[in-house]
Amino acid sequence: MMVVGLSHYLLVAALLLVMGIFGIFLNRKNVIIILMSIELILLAANLNLVAFSAALDDMVGQVFVMFTLTVAAAEAAIGLAIVVIYFRNRGSIEVEDVNLMKG
Amino acid sequence: MNWTLALPEIVLSISGMAILLIGVLQKRDSFFICSMLTVGAFLVVTLMIVAGHTGQGYNGLFTVDSFSTFIKVLVLVAATLGVVLSLDYSEHANMRRFEFPVLMLYATVGMLVMASATNLMSLYLGLELQALATYVLAAFARDELRSAEAGLKFFVLGSLASGLLLYGLSLVYGFSGTMEFAKLAQVLSDPAHGSPGLIVGLVFVVAGLAFKVSAVPFHMWTPDVYEGAPTPVTAFLATAPKVAAVALLVRVMATPFGHLLVQWQQVIILVSILSMLLGSLAAIGQRNIKRLMAYSSIGHMGYALIGLAAGSQAGLRGVLIYMLTYVFMTAGTFACILGMRRRGRMLEQISDLAGLSRTDPGLAVAFAIFMFSMAGIPPFAGFWGKYFIFTSAVQSGLWTLAVIGVLTSVIGAFYYIRIIKVIYFDPAEAPFDARPASLSVVAAAGALFTTFFFVIPAPFVAAAEAAAKALAW
Repeated sequence: MMVVGLSHYLLVAALLLVMGIFGIFLNRKNVIIILMSIELILLAANLNLVAFSAALDDMVGQVFVMFTLTVAAAEAAIGLAIVVIYFRNRGSIEVEDVNLMKG
Repeated sequence: MNWTLALPEIVLSISGMAILLIGVLQKRDSFFICSMLTVGAFLVVTLMIVAGHTGQGYNGLFTVDSFSTFIKVLVLVAATLGVVLSLDYSEHANMRRFEFPVLMLYATVGMLVMASATNLMSLYLGLELQALATYVLAAFARDELRSAEAGLKFFVLGSLASGLLLYGLSLVYGFSGTMEFAKLAQVLSDPAHGSPGLIVGLVFVVAGLAFKVSAVPFHMWTPDVYEGAPTPVTAFLATAPKVAAVALLVRVMATPFGHLLVQWQQVIILVSILSMLLGSLAAIGQRNIKRLMAYSSIGHMGYALIGLAAGSQAGLRGVLIYMLTYVFMTAGTFACILGMRRRGRMLEQISDLAGLSRTDPGLAVAFAIFMFSMAGIPPFAGFWGKYFIFTSAVQSGLWTLAVIGVLTSVIGAFYYIRIIKVIYFDPAEAPFDARPASLSVVAAAGALFTTFFFVIPAPFVAAAEAAAKALAW
């Protein structure tokens, strides 16, 4: 039977991170998908922290995850609020429409 | 456990909640009173920080030393100027909501935590508290599409950067086994522990922090956010959070990763050169003065990073002096920009400044002082900032960096001095509306500091020297 070790967790976390980054840059459709991708990135880091915490037998990593989850919740709330005010002004949340200023 | 070390931050957080309560309970308009209370809280906390003692508390999560004191005082001064600059603008722009100064206050709490963070955990939490509050501030003019778009862009790119930073922190933790800066430095002093995983984590951390200081190649958000955000928010974003982010970058690079100097020095040198080049070249074509200030701040961050790349006490001292001069000249410039208003409408084009010297000589002189200072022309403060930075680079043998820095500041001088030319030699347009006292005060304070810095540099240089000594190197 295969034993699930630290490296497997790190691999899954790295995949989640890559998916999150690609979700932000390749998605041309919807800002909500960007918010989901940001959550994916944070979860990748959380998975890393928990896996390391277990492997190192050190509680600090798990404490950090608790804080990160709180921050992620606040970030999602603020992100959705900004998307709402953007939608009110623009009438659309397509990524291609976010182009008033060229940068 | 020495919890009193964080007393200034605790007092500031509690007064933030109190100001929020006062704002809610007041029946009539409470914007002005809340702003004044915020300024009062900043002043009280500044005094507490200056009078406070140094040490380490919360099991190494939080450190108060001369470095953190220097940064905190500078951040509080910048934040106070930011609140004062927003007073008049909010009246006109229909932004009179008492949450505005409270958000600035909480962003400042985050910056104070960043300045004192000596653990990966407190680093991340301080950074996020500051970032989340500034995302809301950028989108604060919620009926304006430009502001909403700036907030959205800032939020998406900022969260991406924090995510990458967090991923890097998790790797550093995993491959070194500790989150404390002191223990990290101990572990890394043995070259055998510099594993590839740790280096990858370090690169992620540098990328995340480079985003926060808006250094190339992580600068994409800066021009759009600076242009779109309400102007007092831009003034705030350009000063206080920049100081805190540079401080955090310096502390992280110098203390836990000080032994990996050779690994990150190349990265910082590259980032610095690219920032200086982009800051001076891309600003030339700009017509909008807020966008121009964005590119200018990218360039200034490039200069500040030279001091970090030098990897010496003198370099760190240079960074601190540079940030000090940068805060005063930037806050002053934005006070002048906020004074650009005709018949109640804010103006942002450089051409709107034409002939200002005839219609408003005072504002024109202040503008000229700040532009000369930013271009690095002696005897203004900006020159001394650059002087300390370039000498430290030369002392560390980084000749190329110093030469590129001098060349780019010559290119940069072109667009700064072009603004002075527009002000003094172009045909005059209709005069601006009368300036409110708050803007005149900030512009005058900035101009006086910028002009007379060379007369009494000793106390500032000594404070920066002491602060640089607090970091191990």
